[in-house]
Amino acid sequence: MGNESVSKDLVLEAIQVSKEVSSPEGSLTILSDVSFRIVAGESVAVVGPSGAGKSTLLALLAGLDLPTRGHVVLNGANLSELDEDGRAGVRADSVGFVFQSFHLVPSLNALENVMLPLELAGKSDARTAARVIIEQVGLKDRWSHYPSQLSGGEKQRVAIARAFATEPAVLFADEPTGNLDAGTGANIMELMFNLNRSSRTTLVLVTHDISLAERCDRILSLDAGRLVSDSEAAA
Amino acid sequence: MKAVAFALRTFGRELRSGEVLVLLAAVGLAVGALTAVGFLTDRIGKAVARQANEVLAADLRLRSQEPVPAAWSELAAGYGLDTAETMSFPSVVFAGDNSALASINAISEGYPLRGTVRVADQLFGEQREVEGIPESGEVWADGTLLARVGADIGDVLSVGELDLRVSAVLTYRPDQSIGFASLAPSLLMNAADISRSGLIGEGSRVSYALLVAGDEGAVTAFNEAIQDKLPESVRIRSQEESSERAYNAADRAQRFLSLTAVMSLLLSAVAVAMSARRFAHRRMDTVALMKSLGATQGFVIAVALIQLMLLGVLGVVVGSIAGFAAEELLSRILVDLIASDLPNPGLRPVVLASGSAMVLLLGFALPALIQLRNTPPLRVLRHDAMPPPPSRLLVSGLSLAAVAALLYGSVGDPRMLVILIGGIMVIAGALYLVGRGLVALIGRFRSGVGVAWRYGLANVARRGRASAVQVVAFGLGLTVLLLLTLVRTDLLEGWRQTLDADAPNHFLINIQPDEVNAVGAFFEKNGVKVPRFTPLVRARMTTINGTSVKDREYPNDDGRWLANREANLSWTAEMSPSNELLQGEWWPADYDGPPLVSIEEESAINAGLKIGDRLKFFVAGQQVEAGIASIRKVNWDSFQPNFFIVLSPGALDGMPTTYISSMKIEDDQQSMLVDLVRSYPSISVIDLGAILEQVRGIIEKASLAVQAVFVFTLAAGVAVLFAAVQSTIDERRFESAMLRALGARRRTVFFGVMAEFAALGVAAGILASAGASILAAVVAVQLFQLPYEFNPLLWVIGLTAGVLLVCISGFFAARGAINAAPADVLRMAT
Repeated sequence: MGNESVSKDLVLEAIQVSKEVSSPEGSLTILSDVSFRIVAGESVAVVGPSGAGKSTLLALLAGLDLPTRGHVVLNGANLSELDEDGRAGVRADSVGFVFQSFHLVPSLNALENVMLPLELAGKSDARTAARVIIEQVGLKDRWSHYPSQLSGGEKQRVAIARAFATEPAVLFADEPTGNLDAGTGANIMELMFNLNRSSRTTLVLVTHDISLAERCDRILSLDAGRLVSDSEAAA
Repeated sequence: MKAVAFALRTFGRELRSGEVLVLLAAVGLAVGALTAVGFLTDRIGKAVARQANEVLAADLRLRSQEPVPAAWSELAAGYGLDTAETMSFPSVVFAGDNSALASINAISEGYPLRGTVRVADQLFGEQREVEGIPESGEVWADGTLLARVGADIGDVLSVGELDLRVSAVLTYRPDQSIGFASLAPSLLMNAADISRSGLIGEGSRVSYALLVAGDEGAVTAFNEAIQDKLPESVRIRSQEESSERAYNAADRAQRFLSLTAVMSLLLSAVAVAMSARRFAHRRMDTVALMKSLGATQGFVIAVALIQLMLLGVLGVVVGSIAGFAAEELLSRILVDLIASDLPNPGLRPVVLASGSAMVLLLGFALPALIQLRNTPPLRVLRHDAMPPPPSRLLVSGLSLAAVAALLYGSVGDPRMLVILIGGIMVIAGALYLVGRGLVALIGRFRSGVGVAWRYGLANVARRGRASAVQVVAFGLGLTVLLLLTLVRTDLLEGWRQTLDADAPNHFLINIQPDEVNAVGAFFEKNGVKVPRFTPLVRARMTTINGTSVKDREYPNDDGRWLANREANLSWTAEMSPSNELLQGEWWPADYDGPPLVSIEEESAINAGLKIGDRLKFFVAGQQVEAGIASIRKVNWDSFQPNFFIVLSPGALDGMPTTYISSMKIEDDQQSMLVDLVRSYPSISVIDLGAILEQVRGIIEKASLAVQAVFVFTLAAGVAVLFAAVQSTIDERRFESAMLRALGARRRTVFFGVMAEFAALGVAAGILASAGASILAAVVAVQLFQLPYEFNPLLWVIGLTAGVLLVCISGFFAARGAINAAPADVLRMAT
């Protein structure tokens, strides 16, 4: 890959990203000098033991938090140079999320939860678009149910529908099967990879499930805040 | 625009979810309570004011030494006001060979415009209310006058050149207290007869009055319109200047009502504040999520603000309906109390209450919303990521500003406002500090108690700041409730006692020095306690510190009037028990030095007098000069003879003196008054029963009103407690599920939660009892000028109420949390 084509297809870049937090025992380093590039359409797994800094890295990549040093470029925008509203704008345009604990709005039903990012992005046909995608995730008959009336797998389907609804450039998934049993988890991942392929979205998946990670194009391994390997997945 | 559309679209969903119902209820209750309180204050305030106006027999009374020009009554009619005219003058009345001095009151059709005239059909007989005025050719005469001239109903009295038939015994006219110290017994006659009486002519001492009454706004407008056109000789009297006693009572009634209104407002404020905090807190996760999905800060705050306002409007609608219903109900229940002929206040209380609720909502919810704006989007990944707490200055500044603005609007009395705000702030601060101390202390007890208590006490200690905030909310709510209970009972009781059942109901004036002993013996013979006789000397003040009273500068017109009018002086060795020494010293009982003088407090202020000033009086051709030795406060409610100016013994020796006295005469002893005035024709008897009745009526109305309003305040107080418990309900739900999942029995969890509430209740109860005692003392002494006695029962009630109320409202609020199936709760993480 030549330099030119890399910069053309580059979606996400971490440049010497470090994160430190202050604690009663003094400054604590959570991430240290992490650098990598991710191009459009790639699916990348971030793996590592608990406390390795996976979720912190995800937060920095999505602009939910800012690095202490270094910077993140998301879809051409240097997040460190933007204020909170600027970063929110970048997320509205190009980011989708799937969380381990689903994070549905309890007062909204399934369809309304999917409509939320569309409405935030000012889409006029939010309801129609949301209906289409909620059918795609197989919840055609459950759209009017509230989160408390849905099973864990169904909640995560709603969350996935919500993530893909805006056709984001990058989809961040944080342990999406962490709260699900093995069978449901496998179905959910199948759904996610399928949607990912059909919409050519870039996927960044945080997990400690190696079999899941191996279904991605690339695996980034973190340990104690450092990037210890960056390899093509076996699959 | 996007935010508006989004807020509107999602508002319905928020409502459906039931998440916002607590705030909705708090706002609704606030509006309902404030509407009802506003309605009652308006109604009863007007009723009390009107009763006080009875003393004028009008809303406005224009007195003049000249006939009142017809143009003025025409002007008043132009404002849609009712008018009547009176002419008053002293004249000798004859019945056969007997004669007596009478105060003639010629009245025109319509008199009195406020209050009613009462007459009896026999001397000192039972009285009845009467409409209209005496027919032409007839008079209604005071019983004392009839007794003095030996006449009865049906007899003819000669008044000037007229012979008029007595058709009734006059027992009461509303304006009889005006200038009563110089009053001879009254005679009411028709103004149409006056021109034929020959009594009014050059040099006659006639006092003319135009009585005006009607709609409050029109009276005010008329009053303002005539201010510039008034000749020197005309003096206007309105309610504020009318009878000192009736006004005192009316004024206190208003203060009681505004105090109650203020308390409801404060309670509503606390309830709204607690639920607004919860409203903001519960939205934190949603805001973090929306931000992670790309919503800007401006967007989330706009949506939250719009939804808060929508919620406020909805609360206002619900509350207004409740308020209107309460108004209707109250009008029916208190039909005798609230002057049904007054114009309905209509939408005014509702509008005021709604505005107040919105101001409260904004003042208390804005800081929380501003904090919401800074919620880090990181919270979607790390649930412990919290927005930085809002600046304390902002929180306290905004909420204080909201409360102060509203309080000023409803109290309108800066002094009361400062006392209240100061008191509430000190109590809230003390509650918070002691709350934190208690929370720390409780942690030490937990090792020595059973598992339920350990869990409960550990909770109190662990929640630290939140526990302290709850103690403040509970404590404030309780303080207000206790304070109102005190106001209702102790203060009202104290007020009633100032008008004890033995309060004198008759004044005797114009007793000659040589009659004093004989009159005393007369009363003793008739079984009436021999009253104290107080000397009275008519005088004019001539100079103050050597400057003529005419040329001197005065702080205000009342002071000028006081110094220039004919004054009633008295002397005494010992200060009257109804007086209180404020400055200087009272002279010794055996004092015989140079003349000293004691001045009543307000007169001293109005006329700009201070200790050491020298006053010179002109009495029957002689000069008396005295230095001011003391300044007194006079309790006019005592109905004892009292004077603005009192001199030391000996100062007025040899001056023309009469005596006055007051006593309690029972209804069945009235007939001896006939004998008294026959034996001592110069003595005038003034019946104060009617005025006493007026004051008592005002007190009774105010008491009833305070109690009715109290019910609403109580509801607001319970709402506070409920909101305080609700604010921690999510945490409790999760914890109890956890404990039960770990194998705790429901009983254990339940007792643990109750132990926590009990501990909070004890803390709040102690603090509220202390706070209410202090505030009540301040309110009683500073605002109502009533003595306050410490009431130990308050502490018992405070502690019991603290534990019971907190535990009961805690039980209802936390019941669901304790009973929920652990699996459901733990799976709820959405």
